[in-house]
Amino acid sequence: MPRSLVPPEFLVHRDEGRCTKCKACIRQCGFGVHAEGPDDRISANDQRCVNCQRCVVMCPTGALKITANKEIGRENAYWSAERLREIWRQAESGGAILTSMGCDRNYPVYFDHLLLNASQVTNPSIDPLREPMEIRTFLGRKPEKLSIAGPPGEERLAGPLPPEVRLEMPVMFAAMSFGSISKNTVLALAKAAKRMGIMFNTGEGGMNPALGPFRDHMIVQVASGRFGVDSAYLEAGRIIEIKIGQGAKPGIGGHLPGEKVNAEIARTRGIPTGADAISPAPHHDIYSIEDLRQLIYTLKEATDYQKPVAVKIAAVHNVAAIASGIVRAGADIVVLDGLRGGTGAAPKMIRDHIGLPVELAIAVVDRRLREEGLREQVSLVAGGGIRSSADLLKVICLGADAAYLGTAALLALGCHLCQRCYTGKCSWGIATQDPSLTKRVDPEAGADRLVNLLTAWQHELKEFMGAMGINALESMRGNRLQLRGVGLPQNELDQLGVKQAGEAM
Amino acid sequence: MIRTTVGGRAMKVIESKGVPYRELNREIRRLVAAGEDRLLLRGVNGQRYIGAGLKGMARLEIEGTAGNNLGAMMNGLSIYVHGNVQDGAGNTMSGGEIVVRGSAGDITGYAMRGGKILIQGNAGWRVGIHMKSREDQPAVLVIGGKAGDFLGEYMAGGTIVVLGLDTPLHQERESANPLIGNYLASGMHGGTIYIRGRIPAWQIRGQVQTGLTTPEESPPLWNWIEQFAAGLHLDCSGLFREIFTCLMPQGARPYAHLYDHSA
Ligand code: SF4
Ligand code: SF4
Repeated sequence: MPRSLVPPEFLVHRDEGRCTKCKACIRQCGFGVHAEGPDDRISANDQRCVNCQRCVVMCPTGALKITANKEIGRENAYWSAERLREIWRQAESGGAILTSMGCDRNYPVYFDHLLLNASQVTNPSIDPLREPMEIRTFLGRKPEKLSIAGPPGEERLAGPLPPEVRLEMPVMFAAMSFGSISKNTVLALAKAAKRMGIMFNTGEGGMNPALGPFRDHMIVQVASGRFGVDSAYLEAGRIIEIKIGQGAKPGIGGHLPGEKVNAEIARTRGIPTGADAISPAPHHDIYSIEDLRQLIYTLKEATDYQKPVAVKIAAVHNVAAIASGIVRAGADIVVLDGLRGGTGAAPKMIRDHIGLPVELAIAVVDRRLREEGLREQVSLVAGGGIRSSADLLKVICLGADAAYLGTAALLALGCHLCQRCYTGKCSWGIATQDPSLTKRVDPEAGADRLVNLLTAWQHELKEFMGAMGINALESMRGNRLQLRGVGLPQNELDQLGVKQAGEAM
Repeated sequence: MIRTTVGGRAMKVIESKGVPYRELNREIRRLVAAGEDRLLLRGVNGQRYIGAGLKGMARLEIEGTAGNNLGAMMNGLSIYVHGNVQDGAGNTMSGGEIVVRGSAGDITGYAMRGGKILIQGNAGWRVGIHMKSREDQPAVLVIGGKAGDFLGEYMAGGTIVVLGLDTPLHQERESANPLIGNYLASGMHGGTIYIRGRIPAWQIRGQVQTGLTTPEESPPLWNWIEQFAAGLHLDCSGLFREIFTCLMPQGARPYAHLYDHSA
């Protein structure tokens, strides 16, 4: 085999003075970097290191450090080390480069150019520790009008309301399938969702029987591969989500590599063990909005109109018109997944070069639906790169009802963003099916961490709202007056629908 | 609501002509939930989603043309159609059977993973895409006539059989097999497809292995043809010595080579 030209991406440094040769690193690394040498010293194969930091965190004497290997040639501002490495890799493999998690390139982050408002003197702020703050929200179709019937004094709603789902705070865990992540990780998300009164999402891999106790907090997904979709699955979910696209890979299919398809996953999905689980790029029964309507109504018929049906799309350039079509097709919830949305596996070029930041997507869709008189009928959910309670509140002010958290939730469980989920070797036990690794996530302890994160965000959300003198989330949705742009040109401000910082109400 | 007797057994009759699909299906769901086990739908004229998502052992007979997504996502139920069905019959179904005396439209059996679909006539395009198979109830789709383009695309399990009952085959080398369209089995990574006659390589899109067989040599094929004949009350014994092309995937990972898995 000819010598590889691809230099290691990271370098492992071991402080021999501190190393006690306890071999923890050998056991901890999912990528097989550390090994015992013949001279009883521990050596590292830099080529395999992905900088997941597991060994660094776990080394009892702090003997390890990982650095980026920058000195790989005459890189310059145009030909970065990353570009050089990609070309060398492809010259050797002939394949599209895979990656994981969300787009990490240096595109503008609108969240970081938006500032929130606060009350001073003329409209007093509210103390969230003293006054109740309403951060509940309801997802589902809202009736255009209510009819009341019954004799005077005993009036009641005539006819049933469309099904709605209550969220105790405006976040949900985004679709992550059993297969792309481990069963323990799914269980941690499910337990946390139940404790927080929010929802988690099965993703497209079907439903593991262990999720039974969490069905009241479960969104079931129907994607193009239709893995695990049957009447029991549809019945189990509170919301049914049709996945058309994903922000990390708009327009292309899903692809769970055969390495991750063990017997249990194969059974849940109805495919052979070790086979790639392929979700075709489109649903082959949906080539138009009219076809989408048929799938929406098939699902509604199949569940007797008892569940809201959501449609998730990747945010792309024509998103406003598409979302309008989706609402007209009968969706009760529209999910927009932005450029920064994560994934278990995606071709790197697609992940990094297609899509729209979710801030813009939500803003333009919310505006379009308002213009067309449709906004009040549906719920709008933002996904893709929500990093903090501030991002969450900003995206609500831009028009979302709630947001999906994917990457942030995994980070809470210990993920260090190494972007190698597709390998199935995750040292943190999250994106893997290897039993020696998956046991690193304890569902109960993981749920505690997630609950802590959300509790903290809840508190921050209430403080933000109190500062603005607003005590109900309802009044935040689409409330662009609470936002001002800094460092954005006028046309970007116009797309977002916000004023320049400094401009008054 | 009237009752009629078919084959000595009582059946509830639903006069369906002109009834909006939502009403019709609500009535079907109500009756099936109430334990009614035989329903006859008369005058069906294109209502969609009949039987969608239903479970149980009820038998549904349909006179007329069933609309799109008949029996979609169902698990159980035996549906018999005296007529044609439009697109998407058996879409994502996971058990039960659909028997059609006429022809079926596009995306028949899309992503089905269990149960049987028997079509006496032809089927449209994109049929059996992403079929899978459950261990306890394999998915099978038998087409008596011809099928269109993209048959068995992304197939992950189960069996598709195309018989071409009324089509005489006089195949020259490399001439198209008239029972199928183009792009057969692209991305196939599980399951088996049997097509009567020979198939030139250019008509197949997937990386599949092909072989020739006859129902006499191949017990599973024989079995599916017998079930088809029994379900539709046809005599198919003339087929048992016919040549069929059998397609199976070369590997369970058709696209692995397109990606760089290193690092
Ligand atoms: S555990 Fe992670 S950081 Fe440590 S050597 Fe292995 S891949 Fe590198
Ligand atoms: S889930 Fe695991 S493999 Fe994926 S980015 Fe996080 S640490 Fe890396």
